[in-house]
Amino acid sequence: MEIPKSFLGYKRENGRAGTRNHVIILPVDDISNACAEAVANNIKGTIALPHSYGRLQFGADLELHFRTMIGTGKNPNVAAVIVIGIEPKWTKRIVDAIAKTGKPVEGFHIERTGDIGTIMKASKKAQEFSQWASEKQREECPLSDLWISVKCGESDTTSGLASNPTVGNLMEKLEPFGVHLCFGETSELTGAEKVCAARGATAEAKEKFMKTWNAYNDFILKEATDDLSESQPTAGNIAGGLTTIEEKAFGNFQKIGNLKFIDVLEPAEEPTKGKGLYFMDTSSAAAECVTLQAAGGFNIHLFPTGQGNIIGNPIEPVVKLTANPLTAKLMKEHVDCDVSKILSREMNLSQAGDELIKTMLRVANGRLTCAEALGHREFVMTKLYRSA
Amino acid sequence: MSQPDLIIHDEKDNVGVVVIETTKKGQDCSAWIMENDKTVKVSSMNEVPLGHKIALQDLKVGDTILKYGHDIGKVVKSIKKGEHVHVHNVKTKKW
Repeated sequence: MEIPKSFLGYKRENGRAGTRNHVIILPVDDISNACAEAVANNIKGTIALPHSYGRLQFGADLELHFRTMIGTGKNPNVAAVIVIGIEPKWTKRIVDAIAKTGKPVEGFHIERTGDIGTIMKASKKAQEFSQWASEKQREECPLSDLWISVKCGESDTTSGLASNPTVGNLMEKLEPFGVHLCFGETSELTGAEKVCAARGATAEAKEKFMKTWNAYNDFILKEATDDLSESQPTAGNIAGGLTTIEEKAFGNFQKIGNLKFIDVLEPAEEPTKGKGLYFMDTSSAAAECVTLQAAGGFNIHLFPTGQGNIIGNPIEPVVKLTANPLTAKLMKEHVDCDVSKILSREMNLSQAGDELIKTMLRVANGRLTCAEALGHREFVMTKLYRSA
Repeated sequence: MSQPDLIIHDEKDNVGVVVIETTKKGQDCSAWIMENDKTVKVSSMNEVPLGHKIALQDLKVGDTILKYGHDIGKVVKSIKKGEHVHVHNVKTKKW
């Protein structure tokens, strides 16, 4: 298949391009959710991103909170942002950082005004942003404007056999076009960690990966009360035939094909070393991982599933594929790309990779994913430890 | 290129994955090895559902299960060739 050289995206002020054109209402903290949701309810064409945290966090955990908030606002799939927090200082910190992209952003704080006054002021601005964004047109953008993140979920053995290698095939074919790529799931590389580290493009990347994985493993060994057999693999994984974390990890690892990663990113960190594959230190829980990757600036996501994970994200479209013929049949409304014919050898891996490229480009050009059509907007902050 | 009953990732593997809805007890299964495109035969001792593994050789306690050509865990209950391999007879070496 000849790979198209471009897609239709929204060009942003900072030179990046989006696959979506969202106006988001971003609460800084949990107690500002009600206000944000009220504004999104008032003004059509906007979406609120409620979440559970943002109060009394400190240290690295607070920095991760800010990085996630700011990165979400900066993502090129977002046209404009309203930030609402209880206090002015943290609200302003987020507004100022998003403003550096050049996109419209305005902050509101609730203290000394109350919900109703804040909702009124923020709604007026949100209306202005929504109508402004609605005039934005899709334009031809080079493939290199695609920043593609990947994460698998509710995996089974068909993931490692076929759907994850399909993603790997896509990566191998699109890397020469200068795309950014990102995989994560630190915990789910357990058992394959040394094989994964060996894929670091430089000694520094290899070392950084092992340091990241070791920090995770030390934490697990410290906190675990049993052998994690109820959590990794999950009951869904086991039902699908996965027996151990090692087996899950080697299956997971198929997503990067034969590529090498050039750097290891902190959770929600934006890559700065140019095109190529990055590893991001993330949770393996689907919504947490995709939220972090979206905050890192990735604008389209590929999600292979075995038993049928249904996750979506409010700003980054999540393209789902499965190689499990039962899932493709029983959960059809969640599957954007069916590659189950690999198992019956009616389709080879390269054909499956081509199908996935076609599906992904249709979504990049504007086709709603299954998760978008079904209203999945899982926005889940990663919390590192308890608050002060 | 007929439809396989099992797929084996790597020639070194001692398990294969069922890729039909379920195997029947005593079914002669054709197992396709992805790595070298060869096909081998194994008789399924149990009804094993889609996605689950079948042993390609006899395995004793302490043996290593190989899949993708890599170590994915240890045998904790002896396994006969053709038997279902899962959490009842294999455990992680981690944790």
